[in-house]
Amino acid sequence: MTDISPTSAEAPKRPQAHGSLLTATPLMKRRNAAETRFHAYGIAAIVVALLTLAIMLFTIIRDGHSAFYQATMTFPVTIDAAVVDKTGTRDVAEMTKVTTIGYARILGESLVKHLADEGLVVEGMTDKEITDMISKDAPARLRDRVLADTSLVGQTVTVDVFTGGRVDGYFKGRVTREIAERDSNVTVTQLDMADLMEEAGILSSQFNWSFITAPDASDLRPEAAGLGVALLGTLYMMLLTFIFTLPIGVAASIYLEEFAPKNRLTDLIEVNISNLAAVPSIVYGILGLAIFINFAGLPSSAPLVGALVLTLMTLPTIIIATRAAIRAVPPSIRDAALGVGASKMQTVVHHVLPLAAPGILTGTILGLASAAGETGPLLLIGMVAFVTNYPASPLDGGFLDPASALPVQVYSWASRSDPAFIERSSGAIIVLLIFLFFMNALAIVLRRRFERRW
Amino acid sequence: MSVGILSLIVLALAVVGFFVGRSRALKSVQGDSRRLHSLPGYYGQTVFLFTAVPAFALMALWLIVQPMVIDGRIVGQLGPQIAEDATASKLAMEDVARIASGLDALQARTGMTNDELRDLSADGSDIRGRLAEVGIALGSEVDPLIFEMAKSFRIMQANGAMIMSVLVLVLAVAGFVLALRRIHGEFRARNVSETFVRWLLIASAGVAILTTVGIVMSLLSETIRFFGIYPISEFFFNLTWNPQFRGGSDLGLIPLLWGTLYISFVAMVVAVPIGIFAAIYTAEYAPPKVRSVVKPVIELIAGIPTVVFGLFALVTVGPFLRDYIAMPLGLGNSGSSVMTAGLVIGVLNIPFISSLTDDIINAVPQSMRDGSYGLGATKSETIRKVVLPAALPGIVGAILLAASRAIGETMIVTMGAGAAAKLGLNPFEAMTTITVKIVSQLTGDLAFDSPETLVAFALGMTLFVITLCLNIFALWIVRKYREQYE
Repeated sequence: MTDISPTSAEAPKRPQAHGSLLTATPLMKRRNAAETRFHAYGIAAIVVALLTLAIMLFTIIRDGHSAFYQATMTFPVTIDAAVVDKTGTRDVAEMTKVTTIGYARILGESLVKHLADEGLVVEGMTDKEITDMISKDAPARLRDRVLADTSLVGQTVTVDVFTGGRVDGYFKGRVTREIAERDSNVTVTQLDMADLMEEAGILSSQFNWSFITAPDASDLRPEAAGLGVALLGTLYMMLLTFIFTLPIGVAASIYLEEFAPKNRLTDLIEVNISNLAAVPSIVYGILGLAIFINFAGLPSSAPLVGALVLTLMTLPTIIIATRAAIRAVPPSIRDAALGVGASKMQTVVHHVLPLAAPGILTGTILGLASAAGETGPLLLIGMVAFVTNYPASPLDGGFLDPASALPVQVYSWASRSDPAFIERSSGAIIVLLIFLFFMNALAIVLRRRFERRW
Repeated sequence: MSVGILSLIVLALAVVGFFVGRSRALKSVQGDSRRLHSLPGYYGQTVFLFTAVPAFALMALWLIVQPMVIDGRIVGQLGPQIAEDATASKLAMEDVARIASGLDALQARTGMTNDELRDLSADGSDIRGRLAEVGIALGSEVDPLIFEMAKSFRIMQANGAMIMSVLVLVLAVAGFVLALRRIHGEFRARNVSETFVRWLLIASAGVAILTTVGIVMSLLSETIRFFGIYPISEFFFNLTWNPQFRGGSDLGLIPLLWGTLYISFVAMVVAVPIGIFAAIYTAEYAPPKVRSVVKPVIELIAGIPTVVFGLFALVTVGPFLRDYIAMPLGLGNSGSSVMTAGLVIGVLNIPFISSLTDDIINAVPQSMRDGSYGLGATKSETIRKVVLPAALPGIVGAILLAASRAIGETMIVTMGAGAAAKLGLNPFEAMTTITVKIVSQLTGDLAFDSPETLVAFALGMTLFVITLCLNIFALWIVRKYREQYE
């Protein structure tokens, strides 16, 4: 007890600067506040970055998920032999002379008749308005179906046809009655009828496979536009890019890591590679246009040209990743192999490469994933062209057929005027992101599965 | 014979060569492999390489050269008038190629023989109608000369493909036989095949140099052609950008350069503080668990294709800025603007700056922090006064690399910045960049003798030089100052 009283009595007399660490001086308070602020800035930066990412993904999924669903009408159609097969011979060559206009009439008449049978009437609605609710794409699909199976002629079949883009937009909340009044492509009565049809079960929202499989469609038919050609194009390009980059990238990395003497040439190659990795991608597009298309005369819009451009573009990144993987193999392995009499090449091929393989594959897949999302250079080599025919299979020269690519399709849809294409564009992004997600997941799995710690 | 089948044949021959070479080597020593110089597989490998590699190299070369030779000969036959005019000859070649592919389709559809096709002439039969039937739409009636050329184009193509097939096969067989004949027990097969492989490796590494040479050549040659028809001083100092289809265009670089730099500046204003603070947080403050989640998620941003950011700028950011900031303040009514593109590029660059900065901060030795703590500094003081100055060169390098990416960014500006070339200060106005104009001048119909198309190459050259200088400078800074702590 006696020990305490002098200290407690002395304490107030001490000058402020030598006060207890437990009592905060104004200076200390300021410093602590600065500390808290600094910490908060860091958190704020993280929050801003993550929030932006979240908002972006949210808006894209909000805009794009509806592309996978499409308002579809289901009704019976009587395929009138008098219209589609005038000769009555069921000869396909003769029947191809009937254009989609004939089929459009069949579809329209069947829909009008079906609605009348069901007793669905909207005051003041003309037959033409009813017919116009059918997508402009539907006759072509019916025609293909009939030509593929001529026994359908004269029969009554149930068909699923898309509604026009505006009616579809009405169910997705994009088109309202106020907009419809000002829009020449859709009338309010059509929307009323669509409501009635939905109640009667004729019109429903169905999963839209054709968004993934169908080719692109013109400006007037957003409901029919699909990703089929773009997906095939991207697939072809990825396949070719993989075939080109893996051997060249691995060979170049092996040379630079294991064999290259330290000289001017090696230095030149190294500086080159690190600079090429940072060249803007659009410059590779100019290169592709000038060399592959203009000089070598390869066709534009071809997956082969796209793959060559993407190969040159991703090679530097892949070489850098591959070299890191090769460098990660400890020298003791090489020494052991050389010690038992293996040649340098045997050491590399039999020991270093197998051990580095998971790292090399991971790097290559990540490089391909970034190439898969590349758009700018592909625009310059003409992949933005409107392509409605699927490229042929690779054995029939499909690599030289015009095709599109997923990211390019996103861009070309986004630049069209009809807002329905924004939905398509966002939907295409969802497909693209899923594609990239699986590539990245594959890379991560490979790394987890085969990664070694030395 | 198609390229695919030819490749398969060569490959099959090479595989056969492997086994034949191997067994021949073994036979030459009566099956006693100990008496061979190399392992038996190396004898097979030698035959494989000598069969496949020269044949494939020839094939690749032929495929590149053949179209050029054929085009040259066709254009030559079209007469001097067309041959001298680059645009006309290009258009004529396109017609020829289209009609030729139409004839191919016609033949496939109707089963015409080659003789029947040869007798077809442009004036006699309704070529346009018949080609339209097989899905080749022609703009006008077929010019007889073009049609004849299309026919000889097909013949030349077929002949070329046949000669190539024969030559490739001959080369493959020759390589096969020669390699096989050299095989005997003393043949140093391992050394030979390893030297061969080594040259293949060197050639692969050379692709990097070839790419650079290709970039520089293609940019430089067209840029020189551009300056041949458009004055160089106009390009660099003209203050207007106004391309005209009928000539008399103003193709000044300055408005585009201004737009590029302005947008990049906005992007860096967003990306640098956020990126650096994010890196400081993940490197210094975040508990390991938070760090292991936050860091990959931020890096996820870098993995998202730029066209996604472009759509985000076009659909979300642009209208938001227009409706809530620009319109109320009376600064403009354009959805695409410097601000839109700049903000979105900034977000795109955050992970780039933050992950590089994070690495650099982690490379600062712990002893320096400990020293600072020992003197009584708080954590933020340590970071501000010790860690950041030590990491500064690396951070500057990262910022320069990010700036070079912002300058070269294409899709976000194409979709978010607008197309009007303007010299202005209002960040809510649409402006355009070098990359946007490269895309717009090089998509659609191209005429490689008009300044409006060729200017894209000069723009590309400018972009290439700017980004290259930034990159070299950044790498130099990073390399120079990194050594201090090692």
